[in-house]
Amino acid sequence: MNTSPSSREFLLGVRDELPILLGVIPFGMIYGILALSMGLEAAAAQSMSYLIFAGSAQLMTVQLVGAAAPAAVMIITGFVINLRHALYSASVASYVQHLSPAWKGLLAYLLTDEAYAVTITHYRQEGELGHKHWYFLGAGLALWTSWQISTAVGIFLGAQVPASWGLEFTLALTFIALVVPQIRDRPSILAALTAGLVAVIAAGLPYKLSLLTAALAGIVVGLWSEQKWK
Amino acid sequence: MEVSIWIVMAAIGTLTFLTRLSFIALSGRWEAPPLFRSALRFVPIAVLTAIVVPELVMHTGTLDLSLTNARLLAGLLAILIAWRTRNTVLTIVIGMVAFWVLQIIIK
Repeated sequence: MNTSPSSREFLLGVRDELPILLGVIPFGMIYGILALSMGLEAAAAQSMSYLIFAGSAQLMTVQLVGAAAPAAVMIITGFVINLRHALYSASVASYVQHLSPAWKGLLAYLLTDEAYAVTITHYRQEGELGHKHWYFLGAGLALWTSWQISTAVGIFLGAQVPASWGLEFTLALTFIALVVPQIRDRPSILAALTAGLVAVIAAGLPYKLSLLTAALAGIVVGLWSEQKWK
Repeated sequence: MEVSIWIVMAAIGTLTFLTRLSFIALSGRWEAPPLFRSALRFVPIAVLTAIVVPELVMHTGTLDLSLTNARLLAGLLAILIAWRTRNTVLTIVIGMVAFWVLQIIIK
């Protein structure tokens, strides 16, 4: 086995990503199942997993397909949901500054919530920066591979899961699992409460435009309360 | 429809990639204003909550805050589990089992 510093870092990244995959694999399968139930073809459902490669945006897009939303609404909604990745990008920027444009492009493509969580911890540890981008690559590729495979399994299973199981409810549960740990201070509580309330009040708007309205209201209230109680 | 979904996916994919690349590509040349960075923190919280809450309280299209709403009860249980354990798998599994059991009881 090759034990150069780069391959050691790569394998370490893969290994550290493994526990997270436990939560990602069911999520990918749920996406695959839901995509078919909302009327997407198998080829499109699978392709979305490498074109967008972001679970919550993919699940939302699939829901909007089900709601027959116009293309512009789907694109704007997907963009807003994925805006959080700019935060991760800002956070890792200084660590990858020395890399070639090709490396930067590759790592940016692999910069998901789950790969970021593992990689940033590794970057913040002591040690030389030299080969840590291989760790990033290992964690990112481990996630990418399992996302593609679990999507395919979901698509395969999708045809056999009856609608009466209410599996689409796993979408709400997955988002609860993702968002609740992030709510830990007054501004984030107020942002969440506002977004939830406005989403219900504005529910009458067409094409789930209530989502964008509510998200915007939540962000503004979060910012406002952060300024106020700083 | 079949053509347009591919355009939509390509557009979201491109925008997502550019978002992920943004600061990596700009590193050292542009610092984001603090207000922008603060706003980003609230994006996932606001977006995900705005998706979840209507799913729990108005799945059928009208507001239902009663104790016969299985989605609301199972959702509240899932929120409690997510808050106490921060465990994704546990939250989804217990929430889903609770949803199925409640549906049987309420019927």
